[in-house]
Amino acid sequence: MTSAIPAKTTTASSTEPGPRLDVGKGNGNGKKPRKQYSDRARAERRLGWMLAGPAFLVMLAVTLYPILQAVYDSLFQFRLTAPDERAFIGLQNYAVILTDPVWWTGLRTTVFITVVTVIVELVLGFALALVMHKALKSVRGPLRTAILVPYGIITVVSAFAWFYAFDINSGYVNNWFSWVPGIDENLNWFAQGGTALFVIMASEIWKTTPFISLLLLAGLAQVPDELSEAAKVDGATWWEQMRKVIIPNMKAAIMVAVLFRALDAFRIFDNVFIMTNGAYGTEVLSLLAYRQSISRLEIGLGSAVSVLLFLCVLLICFVAIKLFKVDLAGSQGGK
Amino acid sequence: MPTSRRTRNAVKSRPKAAVLAGLVIGTMAMSGCGPGEADNSLTWYINPDAGGQAAIAEKCSDESDGRYRIETSLLPSQAASQREQLARRLAAGDKSLDIMSLDPPFIAELAEPGFLAPVPDDVAAATTENVVEGALTGATWKDELVTVPFWANTQILWYRKSVAEAAGLDMSQPVTWEQIMEAARSQDKSLGVQGRQAESMTVWVNALIESAGGSIIVDPEATADTIELGLDSEAGVAAAEVISTIGEDGLGGPGLPTQDENDSLIAFQGDSGSFMVNYPFVWPATNGAVEAGTLDQAVLDDIGWGIFPRMSADQESAPPLGGINLGVGAESDNPDLAYEAIQCIVSVENQAEYFVTNGNPPANTEAYEDPRIAESFPMAETIRDSLQVAAPRPQTPFYNEVSTGIQQTWAPPAGVDPETTPETSSDFITSVLRGEQLL
Repeated sequence: MTSAIPAKTTTASSTEPGPRLDVGKGNGNGKKPRKQYSDRARAERRLGWMLAGPAFLVMLAVTLYPILQAVYDSLFQFRLTAPDERAFIGLQNYAVILTDPVWWTGLRTTVFITVVTVIVELVLGFALALVMHKALKSVRGPLRTAILVPYGIITVVSAFAWFYAFDINSGYVNNWFSWVPGIDENLNWFAQGGTALFVIMASEIWKTTPFISLLLLAGLAQVPDELSEAAKVDGATWWEQMRKVIIPNMKAAIMVAVLFRALDAFRIFDNVFIMTNGAYGTEVLSLLAYRQSISRLEIGLGSAVSVLLFLCVLLICFVAIKLFKVDLAGSQGGK
Repeated sequence: MPTSRRTRNAVKSRPKAAVLAGLVIGTMAMSGCGPGEADNSLTWYINPDAGGQAAIAEKCSDESDGRYRIETSLLPSQAASQREQLARRLAAGDKSLDIMSLDPPFIAELAEPGFLAPVPDDVAAATTENVVEGALTGATWKDELVTVPFWANTQILWYRKSVAEAAGLDMSQPVTWEQIMEAARSQDKSLGVQGRQAESMTVWVNALIESAGGSIIVDPEATADTIELGLDSEAGVAAAEVISTIGEDGLGGPGLPTQDENDSLIAFQGDSGSFMVNYPFVWPATNGAVEAGTLDQAVLDDIGWGIFPRMSADQESAPPLGGINLGVGAESDNPDLAYEAIQCIVSVENQAEYFVTNGNPPANTEAYEDPRIAESFPMAETIRDSLQVAAPRPQTPFYNEVSTGIQQTWAPPAGVDPETTPETSSDFITSVLRGEQLL
């Protein structure tokens, strides 16, 4: 996907100023006239397809094919250890899932984690982006590296680190923070949903805030300095500059950051799997899909959960792109 | 300007792209051709241990005079993940599964669809002599031996002599759960039990129900629709009473809801330690801690052991049974050779050696005669006695559903209600097995 975007922007930016001839008029069937490209634009388009084409084909093979296979499998009752008893049951798997409170609790937990982490990450990420943007040239490099370190750590590793820090036997958190009301040496963080979710979300936020701050930094760099300078001359306070000039001008970058993170957060798995394995009210949808497909080897039921999870992700995309008008191409440093 | 910058970048990044392409092609080429395998090479999928299985593999390979060569391949550390990997490979017809180290509860699930190669009669006869009853049951499915018992694990009662003495308990006789709960309460100490929502919970529930004379599954060979559970019974209620009392009265300490075997050992070695049900690894682990200087010798001297606690004074307990059996994949190219190797692996001598070096007790009672065992494991006799009366976990092709269902309804211990939990868990597992509910 990322490889396709630059090719697209290249085409868009170079065709706009070029000459355009309307040849579609002769069709006479009322269709939208086709664009006529200059030789150079056509060559660039061809190059773009040749560069992105193989990646596109690989993507079809590794994403579209499994998706279709999962949709097909979800219509069967199929257990890996009982291959002979495979039977077509239509939409029954979906009926089982959607009438089960387990699915709805999982969905609620997942949505909760998504909303909280994305909001906190957005605020923290914006602050970090401002720091990186304003930092002196001499410290900019080390600063960006330092901020990016958590993002470079493998999620499973960071999940274990957070788990051991909070674990009642090996953890130091209870000891260090015993002055905070409610925290003492007998607090078992992973024994109930509230505290367990807190640790899971804190770990998630710690790890992925750098990602969101990088996206926001790109947006911040796009806001022309003249605008904020003009505002400053007009006597606008820092807060007014932020609210009236900077944030409106980087709305596209913010929305892209929110969308990417929301999609990521909705598929949360590693942290929950390592820290609680879904125990005590921390079950999320990815884990539910895992439990059916991988643990129970119920391929049919598990595929149905995966398909529903995929539909939820599609819904988030649809809401973001159609309702909030997130412009995925515009924020890529184009015009 | 943007165009020129882009061109410059493109030129600059060309060597990088070449390196990347080289890496990708290299990886693809490498993944395509694995290590070449000779015809007489056998792959043994082992669970992680302290290197004992690899040593046995090498020893047997050498002794075979080149007839076969055993190569070990490591499985994940969690029993559930081991099962997941093996089940998927077996279902996909993986030919490399020559020998597998299998956890007994998962054997029915793999034997039912014919994923395991049949055990030849002569091998069965040679490898089952003197094997403890529970291990044999675990190796059998539908009255047929489908795997070969290798080592057998069981939980015994570990206690701190000072606490037992202060509470006035006579530890030369078997004790009951009621007694140790009372002792922990009066001495203000914690009991070492496993309250985590994990396989260890099923182990505990099963041991309590079996000790009270019940069983989790009434008819193991029933299909998913007709399976009958014994959770909602007198024995089930008695088990729920023990678990809920320990949970609600805080007798397991604050760590109980997330406690596994390792965590309970750490708590047991601490100041609040009193009584603990756990596997024999406790002994080498505690000795190791003393040698490493992280634990006082006095703690080690204070540790005593006995048979798993009873549910009532007049009924013998049924301690948990674990261990590893060896199976051969149905699609293996060399099943005969694999069984020949298994016969070597499970020899009495190797089982004894494995116990001494890795702390995993033999399934064959004869191996306990080895003088080295009594030296390294003073409690070897208790372990052997425990194995003789131990009860395996329910054997059913749907073990994973039954076990996960129990874990989800019986943890945390403080949430268990003797009036409702046995019935709710029974209903939940039944409807999951009928395909009416998610797990």
